[in-house]
Amino acid sequence: MNNNSVLKIILSFISLVLLQVLICSNINFMGEINPYVYVIFVLLYPVINNRLLFIFTSFLLGYTVDIFLDSGGVHAAASVVIAYIRPLILKFSFGSAYDYQSIKFSTVEFSRRLVYFLLLIVIHHLILFSLVIFDETKSVLILQQTLYSSVFTLILCLLFSSLFSRKET
Amino acid sequence: MQQLFNFFIKNKTFVLFLLLFSYALSLTIQSHDYQRSKFLNSSNQITGSIYATFHSITQYFNLKKENQILLEENSRLRMTVFNQKKTATVDTLLEYKYELQPSLIYKNSYSLPNNYLTLNKGQNDQIEEDYGVITSKGIVGVIDGTSKNYSRVLSILNTNSRINVKLKKTNYFGTLSWDGESPEITQLKDIQDLVKLSVGDTIVTSGYSSTFPPDIPVGSIESFRLNDTKDLYIIDVKLFNNMRTLEHVYIIKNNDINELKALNNFNEQ
Repeated sequence: MNNNSVLKIILSFISLVLLQVLICSNINFMGEINPYVYVIFVLLYPVINNRLLFIFTSFLLGYTVDIFLDSGGVHAAASVVIAYIRPLILKFSFGSAYDYQSIKFSTVEFSRRLVYFLLLIVIHHLILFSLVIFDETKSVLILQQTLYSSVFTLILCLLFSSLFSRKET
Repeated sequence: MQQLFNFFIKNKTFVLFLLLFSYALSLTIQSHDYQRSKFLNSSNQITGSIYATFHSITQYFNLKKENQILLEENSRLRMTVFNQKKTATVDTLLEYKYELQPSLIYKNSYSLPNNYLTLNKGQNDQIEEDYGVITSKGIVGVIDGTSKNYSRVLSILNTNSRINVKLKKTNYFGTLSWDGESPEITQLKDIQDLVKLSVGDTIVTSGYSSTFPPDIPVGSIESFRLNDTKDLYIIDVKLFNNMRTLEHVYIIKNNDINELKALNNFNEQ
């Protein structure tokens, strides 16, 4: 990792937190559906990385969002989980490309990127809403919220990722 | 010992993950328990100033509507003054039992089960914990944390919120809480089944706690049913406030609160 990409990561960290807490968490589409776009940080973090640092940065990202939204540690918990299991999901969705560590998110085919995004976002949101609602008798509500928000987040993440990858080429 | 170290070094990713995850989990569990949620929150200096900057940009969008609300309140207050039999003399030396401070909401939230608001007044404005927060239409919540310039409000739309209220007609009192479902409807419990209720009855604050003065409007009865043991009512209360579009609020300072606290401490000693 050179200085340039470190700077890029720090900048995207800050701007994603601000985007999330100032705008995305106030959308409240149909009453209460919000996208959680900050997960794109975990999704698009460079594949070749220091895993310890990556997990810690993801935790920090979630925790910062938590402080802004007064939600305890729900975002931190969900983010740290997807950061930890990301290699598994990468392997599942990209197969051999991941073994050679040669994935470039801007060039992979759309369907694979969709599967990869979808899996991580759904896992993240499922943990998030289980902890937010924190009531085993309301599991239908948890699944409902996970479904709606995941779709919203997925659309925004795909949009963002295609926007930024175009710039690079 | 050597083996233990080796184990940690070998599984350092998993150990780090487990540490961070359990820390986040403990924060979550504590946030679901009002008594102990005294961690970093949105009323600290950094997050407060970021919300303040953003608010200074977006506040203009609501000006028209907020003006209308203020005008309506003003005319209502003037009406009560004009229709009063005795004109109250304005005395600058008069000590008020309750003082109001106007404040702005920097962050509003209503879609979670545990909602908090951030206000632009803090310790520098003599705001302390347990002060009540209201609008011209009804109650909003109770302050549960302050920093120098900002404070955090435990909204009535928080499953940990408990507010003492009564029926305006009959003076029977109970506790207002929220089940986390609709941001328009809260639940009033502890009213006995002997009490006569009808849909549309007004609920007001009881004044039994030092947080709110008596007779501040809260909401009206939307529907009611008996609980499982058939001796107490569960009443759905439709709030007068629209919690989605709050902007200007008042913080209520009870000047007797220190005296009351001193009395309680005196008893404990």
